[in-house]
Amino acid sequence: MKKLINAPADVLSESLLGVEAAHPELRVDHESKVVFRADPPRQGKVGLVSGGGSGHEPLHGGFVGEGMLDAACCGEVFTSPVPDQIVAATNGVDGGAGVLHIVKNYTGDVMNFEMAAEMAAATTGIEVVPVVTDDDVAVQDSTYTVGRRGVGVTVLVEKIAGAAAEQGRSLTEVADVARTVNSAGRSMGMALTSCTVPAAGEPTFDLPEDEIELGIGIHGEPGRRRVPLAPATEIAEMLVEPILGDLEFGTDGVLAFVNGMGGTPLIELYLMYHEVDRLLSKAGIPVARSLVGNYITSLDMAGCSVTLLKLDDDLLRLWDAPVKTPALRWGV
Amino acid sequence: MMLGDVATVIDATAVRAWLVSFAQEVADNRELLTQLDAAIGDADHGANLDRGLKAVVAALDGIDQANPGDLLKATGMTLVSTVGGASGPLYGTLFLRMSGSAGGEDSLDPAQFAAALRAGLEGVVARGRAQAGDKTMYDALAPACDALDEALDEGVGLDEALGRAADAAQAGRDATIPMLARKGRASYLGERSVGHQDPGATSTALLVTTARVMAGEGSP
Repeated sequence: MKKLINAPADVLSESLLGVEAAHPELRVDHESKVVFRADPPRQGKVGLVSGGGSGHEPLHGGFVGEGMLDAACCGEVFTSPVPDQIVAATNGVDGGAGVLHIVKNYTGDVMNFEMAAEMAAATTGIEVVPVVTDDDVAVQDSTYTVGRRGVGVTVLVEKIAGAAAEQGRSLTEVADVARTVNSAGRSMGMALTSCTVPAAGEPTFDLPEDEIELGIGIHGEPGRRRVPLAPATEIAEMLVEPILGDLEFGTDGVLAFVNGMGGTPLIELYLMYHEVDRLLSKAGIPVARSLVGNYITSLDMAGCSVTLLKLDDDLLRLWDAPVKTPALRWGV
Repeated sequence: MMLGDVATVIDATAVRAWLVSFAQEVADNRELLTQLDAAIGDADHGANLDRGLKAVVAALDGIDQANPGDLLKATGMTLVSTVGGASGPLYGTLFLRMSGSAGGEDSLDPAQFAAALRAGLEGVVARGRAQAGDKTMYDALAPACDALDEALDEGVGLDEALGRAADAAQAGRDATIPMLARKGRASYLGERSVGHQDPGATSTALLVTTARVMAGEGSP
């Protein structure tokens, strides 16, 4: 393992020191490992809290700021934050209008946010509404399983619900927007390589040079199946087809999001974006907005995911609204 | 009954010895747990549980006067606050429910301990919504509770009863190998989760196996 670290156990706490030093507009609670906006909560604005295991940067800490999250709880690498952290974040962002928890659908994240909401209700009485993202079409959804994973759409939920909260909408309305985005978005990912968790020191799984993992999650957990390495044109089809087969995207326009897993250069992501754009054009689906880059990553994994979000006028306006965070910034 | 040096009740000293022994076994098996988790999860079960249990041992060191319920509560609270992932809430809830069941008693007789362990199992089910055969810690813990109840019904001593519970937990752990995971991250693998031993069931088998230290010296 070659990494820019001092000691595996200190990766998160030392990285948060860097976040604080680089971004004076953010405040880091090092004890709770929570990233806050530096300015105090705005009275009457719904607070947005998200969080999860670390290793997906810029998600979630890089999305804290005006027009997006109010706080992000940073768990250990690929490990959900604990309830104490989530309670600290919830208390810290409350502006009297309630707090939205944006939770990716993983067993640990859901349980820890659930325990935190119970603790917040019992101690402070802050109203908390959870919205769980589950957009990964690689996972079969059934009543007997834990359901689909929350992946790429989480970035879009945080941006769009964040804009709705900034406008002064109520907790119920902001939660509705978040649920709308989640239900109108679908994702599919693939890996060219595994990733190396610092504490483990070696790749989470072996992937031969001539194979790719299709339907990968964001924690180095293996996907649904392995297939031979193929040209980008074919890989794009393997990602886009299951998404289009899962939801009717209509002709009103979509947001097309090609996301890097952390170890793939932008030149390849843009090449992939061209392939995705071509496939959507062939399917008669107009692209209204796009996003290309590393936004929800899996440490040093090479690979990408595709997320498509069906837009309506409200979602489009909220997407275009100003945002001022370390990782997404426009209109300000 | 002639029980010699073997204990017939479980007091705070015994519970403390169990928790310390569990922490030691998890530390010794940290790499195994992580390897099992790498195959069907995300390679962090050993590291996370080891971190949490080291914090538990430190917390227990700071508690002088306590009954079994106090120690179990401190264990649960510490695990919830330090482990994260799914294991934190699940193991935390297990110990908190055990603490609730143990109440303020200075010592637990075998039936009270069995009732506490079953309360812990019920907490795990309430938190994780797992059922038999989902390939989770439930598949090691539920057979252990059943075996403990049956052994005590037959009137065997604490050491023998905990031994049978350990055997049942280990058999339950081994039985997860051919199972198709239906909970947690392993469930995303579908058919590919078959053929791998569940890391949660493995750590739970360590928990039940180390419980035998409460029956007296020389065990397990």
